[in-house]
Amino acid sequence: MEIKKIDNYRWELPKTGNMRVPGIIYATESMLKAEKQKEPLKQVANVATLPGILKASLAMPDMHWGYGFPIGGVAAFDWESGIISPGGVGYDINCGVRLATTSLVEKEVRPKLENLVNALFRGIPSGVGSKGSIKLSIPEEKKVLQMGSKWAVNRGLGEALDLEHTEDGGCMPNADPGVISQRALERGRKQLGTLGSGNHFLEIGVVEAVYDTPAAQAFGLFEGQVTLMLHTGSRGLGYQICDDFLAFMTKHGKKLGFDLPDRQLACARIQSKEGMRYYNAMACAANYAWTNRQILMHNSREILFRVLGISPRDLNMKLLYDVCHNIAKKEVHVIDGKKQTVCVHRKGATRSFPAGHEALCDQYRPVGQPVIIPGDMGTASYVLTGTEKAMQETFGSTCHGAGRVLSRKAAKKASKGRAIQRELEDKGILVKWTGRSTLAEEIPEAYKDISQVVEVVHEAGISKKVAKLRPIAVVKG
Amino acid sequence: MWGRLSSLPHMIKSKYSLIDHTADFGIHVYGSDSKELFANAAWALFDIITEIDQLAGLDSCHIEVSGYDWSDLMVNWLREVLYLWNGKELLVKKARILSLSGNELAATVEFDPFNPDLHVIKTEIKAVTYHQIQVNSSPSGWEAIIICDI
Repeated sequence: MEIKKIDNYRWELPKTGNMRVPGIIYATESMLKAEKQKEPLKQVANVATLPGILKASLAMPDMHWGYGFPIGGVAAFDWESGIISPGGVGYDINCGVRLATTSLVEKEVRPKLENLVNALFRGIPSGVGSKGSIKLSIPEEKKVLQMGSKWAVNRGLGEALDLEHTEDGGCMPNADPGVISQRALERGRKQLGTLGSGNHFLEIGVVEAVYDTPAAQAFGLFEGQVTLMLHTGSRGLGYQICDDFLAFMTKHGKKLGFDLPDRQLACARIQSKEGMRYYNAMACAANYAWTNRQILMHNSREILFRVLGISPRDLNMKLLYDVCHNIAKKEVHVIDGKKQTVCVHRKGATRSFPAGHEALCDQYRPVGQPVIIPGDMGTASYVLTGTEKAMQETFGSTCHGAGRVLSRKAAKKASKGRAIQRELEDKGILVKWTGRSTLAEEIPEAYKDISQVVEVVHEAGISKKVAKLRPIAVVKG
Repeated sequence: MWGRLSSLPHMIKSKYSLIDHTADFGIHVYGSDSKELFANAAWALFDIITEIDQLAGLDSCHIEVSGYDWSDLMVNWLREVLYLWNGKELLVKKARILSLSGNELAATVEFDPFNPDLHVIKTEIKAVTYHQIQVNSSPSGWEAIIICDI
């Protein structure tokens, strides 16, 4: 596959065959040339063949192989003539991250860290098929799906400000529980307030470096500060919705009038019954995921009070921001100087809106949207801000994380005979997990170097570094 | 795509082998005929999820699925079987394929309700995907490639 260099951090996959637009990949030369990038590059090209795609099929530096669309992929489709695809969002709809700040510094937490990790591990249900303390009736679950985070805040599981500090206020208003299956509802009923398994985690971190002081101040970040990060999504409910609609769209795919290069790219015109049904079903899962993270943050906060023996005022935990990284959204973007309504698919990509954007709350509008990029459990995470350049180049999007480079099996092999927990403890990171193999699968080498990924988006200008966080404790499913 | 399938007669004896993928993993399933292939595919999923030998097959249910071709039928079949676990917490010991054509399948599935004191969950399989799905027959038998999200 021929690739043209645009500049040090951008590469063009020229339009060939059935591609309607070129592909543009954000990466360094060495990242791009890695053997593992061949398959995802083909996927970038496949996405470029879909009807209504605008400007380019984009890939972020954490790009890796996904189903249909690559992970780290961004594609915008014209709202009137384009398509919407469950494969462009992913199975874990609104998988995302939230970061909360505290008034504490590391030395206030370190002596009680082990107790804290144990208490979080016990108190936050994680692992395969974990169930939450909240059992929803179906009518109540439907309210969660319609209201999102506000459902939790109305029940005292958070504050009004939490909603302002959540992407879309923690609610996509188009959610329609009437279009999702009984199976999805059934799976969602028992899992609210659970972390799940795989790469999902809860992390206590410390702000290690501040790169942009005014933005850090606006975000309430300072060096040495203790933070709490959560990475999870819509659990079985989101998976079921994705799976149901992949089957549904595969069945109705012939109506589209063109052949898909990959069945996993199954899609529907946005302006069709099938397309709208998916968009409204996906919003249900998005709202569920925001509610889930809201409840998990509240429960974690309660555990922190108890274990550290401090008052809410002394802890002063505040939600910095909650971002989703698997989603399709109706947004307005400027294309060739004209405003256009589009459906932006971000699959393993984060919204990166600039200062002044109307979607941002008053506190963040002067500096831009907080972008939270989690690393793997042994290294670091980053806080960035959205930029104008992201609006011009990437439909207001940036990377979402480190991106896998080793398969789970290869990671297990690489970790064989090693005491991963001990290695992390030596770095000052306490880890507690449930799965038999999760820890081995999630070793730092299994992922791209997060600092390199962040360097690319920073240098390319599609988001700007604000602060770096270092983990001190991790709870995993 | 079809080039990746290599009918290896000596492999037919095992029901499946694992394929390694960066994001997730897949299974290469074998069967002497189409019925055995579909039964083995269900068995493979639960051999990965749990210690399948520990299951008793206490209860059973009937499943019918359709698909527009062999590949679609395979994905839809495994979706149904996997839902028994992800949706209902039932662990499948065995599937008996009662009837099978390129578009329709009827089967009886034996399972145990999940009991955390008795059953080990080794791997979580979250979904069966269409990615690189292949179902193929040759004079030496049937085989399929299925990629799962874990």
